[in-house]
Amino acid sequence: VHVPDGFIDVPVSVGAGVVAATGIAVCLRGAGRELDDRVAPMAGLVAAFVFAVQMLNFPVAAGTSGHLLGGALAAILVGPYTGALCVAVVLIVQAVLFADGGLTAVGVNVTDMALITVVVGYLVFRGLLRVLPYSPAAVVGSSFVAALVSVPVSALGFVGFFALGGTADVSLAAVTSAMVGVHVLIGIGEAVITALTVGSIMAVRPDLVHGARDRAPGLVLRPAPGPAGAS
Amino acid sequence: MSRRTLVLLGLLLALVLAGGVSYYASGDPDGLAKVAAEQGLDKGEKAHDLEEGPFAGYETAGVGDGRLSVGVAGVVGVIVTFVLVGGLAMAVARRRRERAPQ
Repeated sequence: VHVPDGFIDVPVSVGAGVVAATGIAVCLRGAGRELDDRVAPMAGLVAAFVFAVQMLNFPVAAGTSGHLLGGALAAILVGPYTGALCVAVVLIVQAVLFADGGLTAVGVNVTDMALITVVVGYLVFRGLLRVLPYSPAAVVGSSFVAALVSVPVSALGFVGFFALGGTADVSLAAVTSAMVGVHVLIGIGEAVITALTVGSIMAVRPDLVHGARDRAPGLVLRPAPGPAGAS
Repeated sequence: MSRRTLVLLGLLLALVLAGGVSYYASGDPDGLAKVAAEQGLDKGEKAHDLEEGPFAGYETAGVGDGRLSVGVAGVVGVIVTFVLVGGLAMAVARRRRERAPQ
């Protein structure tokens, strides 16, 4: 379930809507640098895959489930701007077509689950790739950690919105620890799914993992073999 | 593997997951719903304005069989998100090409 209508008051929901709309505008501009006609179908696939896997709630604790958010995965596969657009469209489709996530909460949900997860996931992923020596295993491992971290931070984002505009009087400390606790567990599921998916693409077409392309050893230029006898 | 094959295989996997496997997903409340119920975050919750929609709650209106109901909704969602984002990405790519100096 995404944030439904009525959890967050109107002013904060409107504010989140402005943040989300601004974020989407920035992403539309930035995605121009990531996309060409060959990459565009990959973006569609990533969105469709995130939608599908979000339907697969997995058990995380007694009587509690979790599902993929997908921001880290999308950012790693097609780039952060395009990745955020993928997840944002999924969230909007879910709210409009599947009544999952309130219509007045679209701004909160997009900010939390598309923008925060992408920014956190991509920064962690790129940071790790920078310090680790390049190998396919390093790419997959970095995607695991990036996805793992992105989920509890997204949960903290929700707590932040609730602190600003929550409609119920609750203990924020208790909500924070409960949200972070369960979302660390969900983050492990997110990390497994993300690493499996990134690992599968790395195995067949590593050049299509956008976030790791520039780290991979590219074409190595060697001097052409000379005529026989030359060194 | 060509890009086309990869995209087609990926779409097929998404269709199988959303159209078939999703029926077996956990029906327990997710992390947010659980915490909301336990901590009372949901006191102000309002009903969704589109809860009568044809695919609301990932169920297809008028389809009695549970497996088919969620499966159809999942397939519709996969196709809609693929077409929307693929189309948006094509438009962004085209705009960039038109703006790029020749």
